[in-house]
Amino acid sequence: MAAVTPPDPRTRPLPDPLPLPVAALLVAAGGTVGVLARALLTQPAAPGAWPWRTFAVNVLGSLLLGALLALLQRGPDVGRRRAVRLGVGTGVLGGFTTYSTFALEVEQLVVTGHVVTGVAYALGSVVLGVVAAGAGLLLVGRALTGRSPRDDAAAGPS
Amino acid sequence: MIVALALAGGLGAAARFVVDTGVSRGRARMPLGTLVVNVTACLLLGALTGWLLAHPGHDGVRGVLGVGFLGGYSTFSTASVEAARLLLAGRGAAGVLHAVGMLLACVAAAVAGLWLTSP
Repeated sequence: MAAVTPPDPRTRPLPDPLPLPVAALLVAAGGTVGVLARALLTQPAAPGAWPWRTFAVNVLGSLLLGALLALLQRGPDVGRRRAVRLGVGTGVLGGFTTYSTFALEVEQLVVTGHVVTGVAYALGSVVLGVVAAGAGLLLVGRALTGRSPRDDAAAGPS
Repeated sequence: MIVALALAGGLGAAARFVVDTGVSRGRARMPLGTLVVNVTACLLLGALTGWLLAHPGHDGVRGVLGVGFLGGYSTFSTASVEAARLLLAGRGAAGVLHAVGMLLACVAAAVAGLWLTSP
């Protein structure tokens, strides 16, 4: 009767450090989701027009990655925390945003004579991306300041 | 088509992780892995775009390789976070150099890629 209970996969600790192939698989799985979301949300902008969709995806992805990393920075980058960083951060949010499409959009705007739009799009994306990432890092970091994991445990599930 | 595009994107993201891990090994002061990844992604997307100008009608190739693989391989969010972290650490010059350097290098790489394959 005393059957050996197999270890619950939810509580079994992940190997630490994760082997490279396992880490790469996590990134690939997350990346598939992120790229699918971007593909569904974006489409080529009309010639000469500001590429709003790529712009929104890149700024939003920067904000979310900053917020996620601030959340994960509360503990060492090992085990489950590292798995979430790789799957959701490097995978989903890394794949959701794109630098290659962005750079080609800038190039296309400039060579088709829309120099002002191209330069404004390039600098606007980079500056707002950095501001959004910084805001995510700072706001989530600040919201968690003074709350150690022990306080969270004491407060119970909210 | 959308399934192939998404799976190619996952492959691209994994390639980014492997390249970044290889480049970043032992370098902590200036994150260069994302720069290498994004510059190569822009060079390749430029080359693909030039090739497509000469070979019109390959919308599937553009979607799977351009939007999927190279879009998943390159990343904007990590570049933003790396620059923001440098700025928040008080390394303003390094942060600006990282952001502006990445932009100029990537657009230059896209132009070079286009030039290589344009008809």
